[in-house]
Amino acid sequence: MSDLQPVIGLEIHLQLKTKTKMFCACASGEQEASANSLICPVCTSQPGALPVINEKAVELGAKAALAINCNIEPYSIFARKNYFYPDLPKSYQISQFEKPLAQNGHIKIETPDGEKKIGIERAHLEEDAGKSLHAIGSKDLDYTLIDLNRAGIPLLEIVSAPDMNSPEEAYTYLAELKKTIQWLGVSNCDMEKGELRCDVNISLKPKEATELGKKVEIKNLNSFKAVKDSIFYEIARQTDIIKSGKIVLSDTRLWDDKEEETYSMRSKETANDYRYFPDPDLVSLKFSDEYASKIKNSLGELPQQKKTRFIEQYALNNYDANLLTANKNLSSYFEDCVKLGGEPKISANLIATELMGRLNADKLEIKDCPITPQYIAELAQLLKSGKISNTISKQVMDKIWEKPSSPKELIETSGMSQVSDENQIREWAKEALSKNPKAIEDFKNGNEKAIGPIMGMIMKKSKGKANPKITNSIIKALIQRLGDKSKS
Amino acid sequence: MKAILIAQKVKSGEIKATDVTKEYLRKISAKDEKINAFLEVFADSALKKAEEIDLKVAQGRPVGKLAGVPVAIKDNMLYKNHKMSCASKILENYISPYSATAVEKLLNEDAVIIGRTNMDEFAMGSSTENSAFKNTKNPLNEDYVPGGSSGGSAAAVAANMALISLGSDTGGSIRQPAAFCGVYGLKPTYGSVSRYGLAAFASSLDQIGCFTNNPEDLELAFSVISGHDKKDSTSLDAPQERKEFNIKTVKIGIPKEHFMDKIDAEIKKEFLSTVEKLKKLGADIIDISLPNTAYALATYYIIASSEASSNLGRYDGMRYGRTSKRADSLISSYKLSRGEGFGPEVKRRIMLGTYSLSAGYYDAYYIKAQKMRTLIKEDFKKAFKKADIILTPTTPTTAFKFQEKLKDPISMYLSDIFTIPASLAGVCAVSAPSKNKTENGLSIGMQFISNHFNEPTLFSVIGMLNNE
Repeated sequence: MSDLQPVIGLEIHLQLKTKTKMFCACASGEQEASANSLICPVCTSQPGALPVINEKAVELGAKAALAINCNIEPYSIFARKNYFYPDLPKSYQISQFEKPLAQNGHIKIETPDGEKKIGIERAHLEEDAGKSLHAIGSKDLDYTLIDLNRAGIPLLEIVSAPDMNSPEEAYTYLAELKKTIQWLGVSNCDMEKGELRCDVNISLKPKEATELGKKVEIKNLNSFKAVKDSIFYEIARQTDIIKSGKIVLSDTRLWDDKEEETYSMRSKETANDYRYFPDPDLVSLKFSDEYASKIKNSLGELPQQKKTRFIEQYALNNYDANLLTANKNLSSYFEDCVKLGGEPKISANLIATELMGRLNADKLEIKDCPITPQYIAELAQLLKSGKISNTISKQVMDKIWEKPSSPKELIETSGMSQVSDENQIREWAKEALSKNPKAIEDFKNGNEKAIGPIMGMIMKKSKGKANPKITNSIIKALIQRLGDKSKS
Repeated sequence: MKAILIAQKVKSGEIKATDVTKEYLRKISAKDEKINAFLEVFADSALKKAEEIDLKVAQGRPVGKLAGVPVAIKDNMLYKNHKMSCASKILENYISPYSATAVEKLLNEDAVIIGRTNMDEFAMGSSTENSAFKNTKNPLNEDYVPGGSSGGSAAAVAANMALISLGSDTGGSIRQPAAFCGVYGLKPTYGSVSRYGLAAFASSLDQIGCFTNNPEDLELAFSVISGHDKKDSTSLDAPQERKEFNIKTVKIGIPKEHFMDKIDAEIKKEFLSTVEKLKKLGADIIDISLPNTAYALATYYIIASSEASSNLGRYDGMRYGRTSKRADSLISSYKLSRGEGFGPEVKRRIMLGTYSLSAGYYDAYYIKAQKMRTLIKEDFKKAFKKADIILTPTTPTTAFKFQEKLKDPISMYLSDIFTIPASLAGVCAVSAPSKNKTENGLSIGMQFISNHFNEPTLFSVIGMLNNE
């Protein structure tokens, strides 16, 4: 049997960061509000209540769609998706069906084989349903409570093309999308809070086949890890079925986080007929080219564009460029350092290693960082000019992390600057070499690394202040001379 | 007395709103036991409102255009803290948590809302016999139906139990009962009156309108309830000003295809005499053509039922309304609550609409009906290039007797055959009553249809005919 290739598409729902709901004036997205406190006749579907489109939600949706390279359709309409469920007050969800807000976009992701374009089929606006709180477990608790605070919160659904072929690609696509959306401030994208929800569509096909296999949908994915793990699981499950000569059936499956497996929720054979039709209560959305370009211009530089620029303009490596464009605040922090005179690569390195490590350890975000870009820029300058070594730089970081102050002043007042005095270094080196005859032997026999322990001793002795470059050449020269002496 | 005069007298302090209200409450208790126009009389809140108005007058504060005018509302409009049932068991004990925009506007102009009127359940029907609660009698002859679905509102005005009443018209539900009961009934242009707070039947067709005993009050009532509402995205501002009007420049179009062979002899006679009167007044009578209106009834029942099947989904017994006590699971709760709560006509239309929207049938029914609706709109557009007003009888027959058509839905549906085309086109139309009654004491209605937002022309023409 030929190799099987997974074909994966993702359907993503984002809660848009609006003040009010999609079709009424109720506050949107207040996680802490008590149940059913953010409701009105419209979102509880009282008789006679009518929806009115939230323009801000449309704007945020258009922003996100343009950022993922979609075309905003000049004409789009809202449709009703009809089905009965207790947390769906109108018995229909207002969504978009035949005429979505935007279509035909893509996101570029990095794979081991290079850059890959993942297509976006469509992005459309809709409203969220309420929450069902099932109290199942004992006979006395056999009921379900409904909280309609969430009902009517604006959602953007983004449907990818079936362009991903591995769990890693799906993961990277999701991460890239999340980064872009958060960057724009369109959604908070917290998966645990349900602000970002992801359903996976997956099928397997022989590698050379063009026709896709039967699609299985995976739901109930509450984290990035769950997305990746469930795809791994599903690939293995479907491979087993196919290898044993059976056929994979179309299915909707739920991911069980504890058992780490998917299980069947319902067969698509009994799928709902949603009876979509245009919502007669709402007017169509019409967009001029001017509107689309106005929104497009408001996007600013997006993370992928910024990353490319960082590589080109500052000669950063891919890793650092990626890291520094993880979010807007971080990338501006970096560019502030550069503007204040910090050498780009050194500044990037300081942020990536020294600053991020400390921020993560203290669970701080870059916007709460106690050290200003000015200080990082100073530190970068000190490193560049050779006034301090990396070791000193770490010590300075420790100090200014505890008590923010200017590294320049600190170096000047505390005598922490680097020692470049060759006589002093030679003394230290002689002492170290005398305690390490083996290292000398090893070095002479061609082991360049043997110099390491010598270096370490000198650094310890000098409290890290010895200029590494000079120290290195002095050690080498001394060993050389010792060799010459023993020959003579 | 005219509403317009009552309001003037209340305003000037000549009469008291409380006295007017009490008088109308007395009229209702004297007559309505027989007529059954009202499902509920709001005596307490009506008197309270009347007292407020009198106080304002006494203090010299301004009062509204409808000061002290007793107004009845159809039972599908929300009036805060009052019951609203859509004449259905499923909403039997529903209390409105807010007021419809049209109701707010009435109250802002100091109308006294005197009660809610009977109707066909969820406005589906043409005789008010589909009410889950009672039959309303035609005040002109109690053996006959008042028409529907706004039968209670038409009867309330016809029996002078209210001076103005609000109804809703989806395919003729104001005009047909106005014709049957011998009152004026206006179905305004779609979008000119906010639908916010009108329990939806078919959203793209529903329109709130009014009943009165004379053209002036009709115009007054319309001026109060119309106008753009930001809570209804399909609403628009209507022109309120009457344009300069000269009947001699008015062209009255008579559709050549659609009625002469389908109507009662006495209706034909009344129609021809109306044409004669208009001619005498100097109007230009011309032939127009509405070729696609032959398909209007079928088109209407697909579209209206499709929308209704979705609109009525919210009556599921989960948040309000009837919840079946016999249910033992989620699915059975839906089935039993809705099964027990809805009457047969409502169920028939939900099934028809659900079917029309189903996968595999959507294109053949819903989409085809939408295409036909577009053609019908085009017919009207063309006709209004030639004519200012289109004249037809409102109904093919005068009021029928109870039970006469209840067992035969199609013959019931046919009583709206002349009113449905204007609904599909979204244009405005008014039914004006004949001055002469038939042998059975019944009235005949003439329908005047005009283009979008051309209500002022309608008021001018019916006003002029009334003064003849």
